[in-house]
Amino acid sequence: MIKQFFVILILSIVGYFLVDAFFKVPFGEKRNNVGNYYIEKSPVDLKVSNAVTAIVVNYRGFDTLGEVTVLFLAATGLGSIMYRRKQKGEKEARAKNPSSRIIQIGSQILFPMIILLGGYVFIHGHLSPGGGFQGGAIIATASLLMLISYRKFKINHNTITWIESIAGVVFASLGFVGLVLGRTFLENFLPSGELNDLLSGGIIGIIYIAVGFKVASELTGVIDTVLLNNRPEAQKEN
Amino acid sequence: MNEFLTISFYGTAIVLMLIGLYAALAKKNLLKIVIGLSIIDSGLHLLFVAIGFISNGTAPIFSPEVLESAQQMVDPVPQALVLTAIVIGFATTAVALALVIRLYKHHNTAAIDEIKNLKW
Repeated sequence: MIKQFFVILILSIVGYFLVDAFFKVPFGEKRNNVGNYYIEKSPVDLKVSNAVTAIVVNYRGFDTLGEVTVLFLAATGLGSIMYRRKQKGEKEARAKNPSSRIIQIGSQILFPMIILLGGYVFIHGHLSPGGGFQGGAIIATASLLMLISYRKFKINHNTITWIESIAGVVFASLGFVGLVLGRTFLENFLPSGELNDLLSGGIIGIIYIAVGFKVASELTGVIDTVLLNNRPEAQKEN
Repeated sequence: MNEFLTISFYGTAIVLMLIGLYAALAKKNLLKIVIGLSIIDSGLHLLFVAIGFISNGTAPIFSPEVLESAQQMVDPVPQALVLTAIVIGFATTAVALALVIRLYKHHNTAAIDEIKNLKW
């Protein structure tokens, strides 16, 4: 009872200050200067149609490098938290019963299409809504589909680690090339091309493809780690 | 009309954040606490994107037809920040869930008052 009272008290204090602070922010009015600058500059300087992509990958590219690092740390930390030694004679199966024929055939048909959609989303990240993170997440759902419909579908963690490392190295080394050429870290050194062209935006496209591969492999690894550790046999042992 | 929109967008976002905070403070199941934290995340994202909105705004994406209408584009900065925040939110949620699974396997319960012997 006392706990409920304190919770309500904290909620009302926090709620009061949130309402007090944010209802003073004008809603639906003009953009501020930073937003104006980015919207004016991104189609002219970088020839990138999607202003959000221009901010995420170019103007705030260093942020994105940190973000990718956080994602990598989360995937690694998850692996080490969930680590357990394999018992003798244990099988690498996730579910007791195989899923039905309909799900298996359906996921076979859907799997290449989902991969294709994910690839499209991260390759066209600078032209249309989407980008590396979204495309990577879409590809990870394809592997989730295969993992839940086939008991014996295995994901090779070595391959995943290699893809992830190579993608990360590509991202960081593109940044260092900018430094070597006497400009700033992650500055665009390739020709920008034409607006609304697939080969526009200089290094933005390459970085988003690398991010897409990295996010896809990391999320696949996370899903596989969690699923492998939670099959029915594993829960009984403690 | 604008008043109504302000209240509905900011209000929804703040109410979501408070719901998440309530779940994180009052619930005893660890899984529900993690869900509460991710509800706070969602409310925060909605609040950020709502701040960047302008009336009759379009997505900040240029195409040959809308190149002239740059004045009507919504602010891209909050959207870029939210894109970052979603990924970080995913990472923290994944690690938190892994810890919950570990605690559940160790103690055979996910109730935090039983794990830590809390009175209330």
